[in-house]
Amino acid sequence: MVQYVNVGLDASFAALSDATRRGVLEQLGRAEASITDLAEKFNMTLTGMKKHVGVLERAGLVITEKVGRVRTCKIGPRRLEEEMAWLERYRQLWDARFDELDKVVEELKRNEQVDGRKKRE
Amino acid sequence: MKNRTTVERKSEREIVVTRTFDGPARIVFEAWTKPELFKKWWVPKSMGMTLVSCEMDVRTGGKYRLVFGQGMAFFGRYTEVTPHSRLVWTNEEGGDNGSVTTVTFEEKGGKTLLVLSELYPSKEALDAAGTGAADALVETFQQLDELLVTLGASVGRA
Repeated sequence: MVQYVNVGLDASFAALSDATRRGVLEQLGRAEASITDLAEKFNMTLTGMKKHVGVLERAGLVITEKVGRVRTCKIGPRRLEEEMAWLERYRQLWDARFDELDKVVEELKRNEQVDGRKKRE
Repeated sequence: MKNRTTVERKSEREIVVTRTFDGPARIVFEAWTKPELFKKWWVPKSMGMTLVSCEMDVRTGGKYRLVFGQGMAFFGRYTEVTPHSRLVWTNEEGGDNGSVTTVTFEEKGGKTLLVLSELYPSKEALDAAGTGAADALVETFQQLDELLVTLGASVGRA
């Protein structure tokens, strides 16, 4: 039995650095799927998808199970909460900051327009 | 419509934030380099902190210092200033554990794509920084929703 407890955030972040793998996780968050299903959905070869799933599996984010001849993938024991929460808090900080920056940019643009008009007059 | 802020952890030491702004690069750059403008947005109201003073000598080798109401100060040095396109500064308040921030401004069709990267000396430093900076937000974040409603209303008026 492999223990994922000691795998820190880095393996997850490495796994999550790829858009396809993030998509796979989103997909699996909705429903289990076989590697074949996933390969089709992401327009990818079976081998390519196996590699992605392998990376996610090693990070503990996905578990696969062979049922008959089909290998089914589902969200793993290490849910993404920790990683997602970390990133989300970071994103919220910048998002809040940038919402304020939007207002400053708007104000500067308005001022430029007014100045432009004054110069033309 | 509001532009999307994306955050990606590029490596164990680097985090990258991306956002598009509806204005030319010279305007967005101005908002990052004039202290009186920078002060208006750097500390979102939802953080419940106030910026008491903001000194910025924006030129290569120039220093900056931000002091918050709680007596907390952030300071460092600009190591690269290329008007309208690139800013690089260091954070020195944490000693050797400080990060290097690089901001690039890329204008396309009157809009500016902004990419901000924070590079930390170690994975641990980034983990701690992300958690620390953001922890301050958690409890006050419920307030953000209310704030956004207020902002929406004031935008409607303007």
